[in-house]
Amino acid sequence: MIIEKEKMTSLADRLVEQEVKGRSPWTDARKRFLRNRAAMAGLVVLVLVLIFAATGPFLARFSIDEIDFMIIGQVAELGGPSFETGHYFGTDDLGRDLFARVVQGTQVSLMVGIVGAGIAVIAGTLYGAVAGYAGGALDNLMMRAVDILMAIPYMFVLILLLVIFGRSIGMLFVGIGLLSWLDMSRIVRGQTLSLKNKEFIEAARATGVSGFRIIIRHIVPNLLGVVAVYATLLVPLMILTESFISFLGLGVQEPLTSWGALISEGAGTMQYGTLWQLAFPLFFFVITLFGFFFVGDGLRDALDPKDR
Amino acid sequence: MALLDIRNLSVDFDTNDGTVSAVSDVSLSVAPGATLAIVGESGSGKSQTAFAALGLLARNGRATGSVMFDGQEILNAPLSVLNRIRAAEIAMVFQDPMTSLNPYMRVSDQMAEVLTQHKGMSKRDAVAASVRMLDAVKIPDAKARVRLYPHEFSGGMRQRVMIAMSLLARPQLLIADEPTTALDVTVQAQIMHLFAELQQEFGMAVLLITHDLGVVAGFCEEVLVMYGGRIMEQAPTDPLFETPSHPYTRGLLKAIPRVDVATHALDTIPGSPPNMLHPPAGCPFEPRCRWAGEDCRAAVPPLDRFAPGRSRACIRKPEELT
Amino acid sequence: MTDLLKVEDLRVNFDIHRDGDMPWTPPRRLQAVSGVDFTLKQGETLGIVGESGCGKSTLARALIRLVPGEGRALWLGSENLLGLSRSRMMKYRSQIQMVFQDPLASLDPRMTVGQIIAEPLRTHRRDLSAPRVKARVKEMMERVGLLPNQINRYPHEFSGGQCQRIGIARALIVEPKLVICDEPVSALDVSIQAQVINLLMRLQQEMGLSLIFIAHDLSVVRHISNRVMVLYLGKVMEIATRDALFGKPLHPYTQALMSAVPIPDPKIERNKTTIQLEGDLPSPMAPPSGCVFRTRCPKAQALCADNPPVLERKADGEEDQKVACHFA
Repeated sequence: MIIEKEKMTSLADRLVEQEVKGRSPWTDARKRFLRNRAAMAGLVVLVLVLIFAATGPFLARFSIDEIDFMIIGQVAELGGPSFETGHYFGTDDLGRDLFARVVQGTQVSLMVGIVGAGIAVIAGTLYGAVAGYAGGALDNLMMRAVDILMAIPYMFVLILLLVIFGRSIGMLFVGIGLLSWLDMSRIVRGQTLSLKNKEFIEAARATGVSGFRIIIRHIVPNLLGVVAVYATLLVPLMILTESFISFLGLGVQEPLTSWGALISEGAGTMQYGTLWQLAFPLFFFVITLFGFFFVGDGLRDALDPKDR
Repeated sequence: MALLDIRNLSVDFDTNDGTVSAVSDVSLSVAPGATLAIVGESGSGKSQTAFAALGLLARNGRATGSVMFDGQEILNAPLSVLNRIRAAEIAMVFQDPMTSLNPYMRVSDQMAEVLTQHKGMSKRDAVAASVRMLDAVKIPDAKARVRLYPHEFSGGMRQRVMIAMSLLARPQLLIADEPTTALDVTVQAQIMHLFAELQQEFGMAVLLITHDLGVVAGFCEEVLVMYGGRIMEQAPTDPLFETPSHPYTRGLLKAIPRVDVATHALDTIPGSPPNMLHPPAGCPFEPRCRWAGEDCRAAVPPLDRFAPGRSRACIRKPEELT
Repeated sequence: MTDLLKVEDLRVNFDIHRDGDMPWTPPRRLQAVSGVDFTLKQGETLGIVGESGCGKSTLARALIRLVPGEGRALWLGSENLLGLSRSRMMKYRSQIQMVFQDPLASLDPRMTVGQIIAEPLRTHRRDLSAPRVKARVKEMMERVGLLPNQINRYPHEFSGGQCQRIGIARALIVEPKLVICDEPVSALDVSIQAQVINLLMRLQQEMGLSLIFIAHDLSVVRHISNRVMVLYLGKVMEIATRDALFGKPLHPYTQALMSAVPIPDPKIERNKTTIQLEGDLPSPMAPPSGCVFRTRCPKAQALCADNPPVLERKADGEEDQKVACHFA
C-alpha cells in the first residue's frame, strides 16, 4: 500500500495538470465501423444518393411536369436516355423528363424513410423505455395497447386513411409514422428490461436518482446502439412500404412522384421496349436499400455489446 | 513416463487491437495418477494452457510448441485424433456446468451418448453405467434423477453430473478448470472431497486450474504458479506454501486473509495485472515487484531449477527476498 | 457509542407469479428474509455471511428500500427507514450508500468516471456549482487511489480493481454514515482483493464510516468485521463479535460453514475435518418447519421440526453471542 501510494502521488504530480481524454464506447464503435468495408461502401452509396437528390434539381434541364412534345407519341424511339435531348434518363410515357422525376422521387422516398424512422426512434424509444422501466401494471397496459395496434392490419388502415383523407404526402407521413414506432417500442422495452437489472441502474436507484432521470441519463444512452441499428434497418422498410402504397396507386399524387410510383409506371410500360423507365428508378431504389442494409449491419457489428 | 507432457507451449490471439500473447513458453508434465495445480489470476493464461493442449482454443487463437499425451503429439492434431482422445482419455470439467450440458436433453441421454458413441455400448447398458457413475459421485436417488433435465439439478448437483459424465469413459487425465468457483463453500468442500475420493478410486491424474490457494493446499501434490502467461514458480505443495521462492507467490500468500487465524493487516501487491496486448519487456511481474530493478526489465528471467523438484523464474536469489 | 441502525423483525417477502398463472390466481409467497434483528454501532463493521440464496443481499437492499421490507429499521434511534415516504427517504439516501459486487457492471458504460462519481453529488447537493463538483470528484479520486487526471475516461478503460475504486469513490463522495458493501471483492483477483479491502478499512477509519459487509468468503469477513451475522434461508443462525464467532462458533451451521473454508496451508488443510452438509438448500418457497436448518443439520432431532429455536445467548457463549439452536 505504501509503495503504491508513493507511486501514485509521484505519478499524480507529474500528470495532474493535463486530463487524459477518454476513449468512449462510441469512439470504439466508430473505429470498428470505419474498418468495415461493406458498411463503408454502403455509406458511400447513401451519400452519393443524397447528393444526387440534393443537386439533381439544378442539373435537370426540365421540370417534373413539363411534357416534351417532340417526343410524346414516339417515346420508344426518341425518348431513350441521351445527352443531346437533355433527357439524361430518357422520358416517361407522357414525354416528361425521367431524370427530374427520379430526382424528385428520390427526395420523396428518402424523406418518407427518414421521417418514418425518425418518428419511430423518438416515439418508440421513449414509449418502450418508460414501459420497460416502470414495469408492472403500467408496462402491461402500454404493451397491450401496442399489441392491439399491431393486430390491426396496417396496410389496410394506411390505405383507408389515404382514401378517406385524400392522397397527400402529409397523410402518408402521418400514416407511416403512426405505425412505424410499434416494433421499435417493443425492441426498446425488451432492452430496457435487461438494462434495468444491471447493477449500475441499481446503483443510481440506491443513490436516489429519480426514475425520469434514470431513463434519460442511464437507460436511453445505453439503448442508442440498438436503436441506431434498428433505425437504419427501418428506413428501407419505410421506403418499401411507401413504394408498395405508391405501386398500388395510392401514394403521392401526380405530378409528384416517388420510387414506388416510378417503378410501377416503368413496369407497366415494360413491354413497349422502354426499359429505361423501369431501370433508372429501380437502380436507385435497389442501391439505396442495399446501402441502408449494409450500414445497418455494420452498425450492429460495431455496436455489438459482445465485442465490448 | 509422463502422461501429459507440454513443452514450450505458446498461445497467441489475434484481436482487433493486436496480438495478445496469452501463454508464453510454458512447459509442464503430469505423471499418471498425479495431481498438479495451475494457480493464477484471471488473464494469467492458466485456462488457455489447458484449452490449447486439448485443441479447444477460440478461432482467433494460435498455439505453438508441443503437447505429448501418452507419447503422442496432440497439439494442433487433426480433429479426429483429438475427438478420440477428448472422449476417452482426457476429460474436462468447467466452472459452469451448464455450458457443457445440453439443456434440452435428459441427463440419461447425454451421459449414455458418451458411451454409445465412443465405446459402442448399447443404450441400455450405457444408461445403467451412467446410473452407476451418478451413484459414484453421490447423487442421491440416481436411478430416478438420471431421467431429469440439467436445469432440474442444483448448482452443486449439476457439477456432480458433469464430473460423472466426464468420468464415464474412465479417462486417464481429468482437467478441472475452476470447478468450484461458482459454488458455495460447503458445496465446494463436498466437490473437492469427491474429487479426492474419485481420484483414489479411478487412479486418474488431475490437472486442477484454480485461483484459490486454499483448494490447492488441500488437494494437489504439485503446484505451478502462472502470471502474465508465464510460469513463475513450480514446486511440490508443501515447500511452496512454506517457503515460496518467487516474489509473486510470496505476495499472493501474504495478501489472502485466513479464516483460521486473525490477520491484522494484509500486505498487498500494488498495481494491476499486465495488459497482455503490451506485456512488459522483461519479467511480467516486474512492474509490481518490490525487488524489481533495471536488470529485471532487460530480459525474461528463465525458469531455473534451484532445488530438487523446484523451479523459479526470478533473477533475485531466494535469500535476497526479505 | 450510539447505535446507528437498529433493525427489528425485518421481513422481506416476494410475491411470485409463475408464468401461465391467471391474473387472479393468488401469488405464491417467498420469504427471502424473515425476522432479522441486529444493531449496528457507529464506526462498526457488521459482516453478513451465508451461502447464495440465504437472503443476505436482499436484506441489504431492503435497508435502502430497493426492495420492499417490513418491520423496523431505526436510524439513529429516531426514524424508521422502512416507513418513510419517498421524499423523506431522500434525506437518508445520501447517508447510506452502496458498493456493488461486479465492478464493471455497476458503472454506466456510457458515462465518464467523473460523471459516475459525481452522480450522487448532483442528486443530493444541487447547490454545488459544476467546478466545485469537479474539484470534489478529483479529490475523492485521489483518496481512493485513482489518478485525478483520468476523470474523463470511461469504465472499460480501467481494470476490475480500479473500477471497484470508482464504485467506492461514488459511494463516499456524499460523505455517508453507512456504506453497504455487497460482495465488493468477490469478483476481484486475489492480488487486487487485498488492495480493495485495505482501502475500505483505511477510508472507514478516516471517515468514521459504519459498514455492512456482505460476503460469502468467511476469511475476508473475519478480516474486516467487528461483528458477524450468519444467515441461512433468510433467518439469523448466529450473531456474535468476530472473535467469539470465529473462536468458538456455536451453531452447527456456522461450524460447518467454517470447516468448509479451505485454508492456504497444506499441513492444516489436509488434516482438518470438514463437517459435510447433506443435501441441498431447501426451496425458500417451502422452508422446513421449525428450525430451517434441520434438514441438513448433523444434530437435528424431532424437537427441531416442531419448535423454531429462538435467537438467544447460550450459557457457554460469549456475552454478545446469540445463537438460534436448541442444542448449541
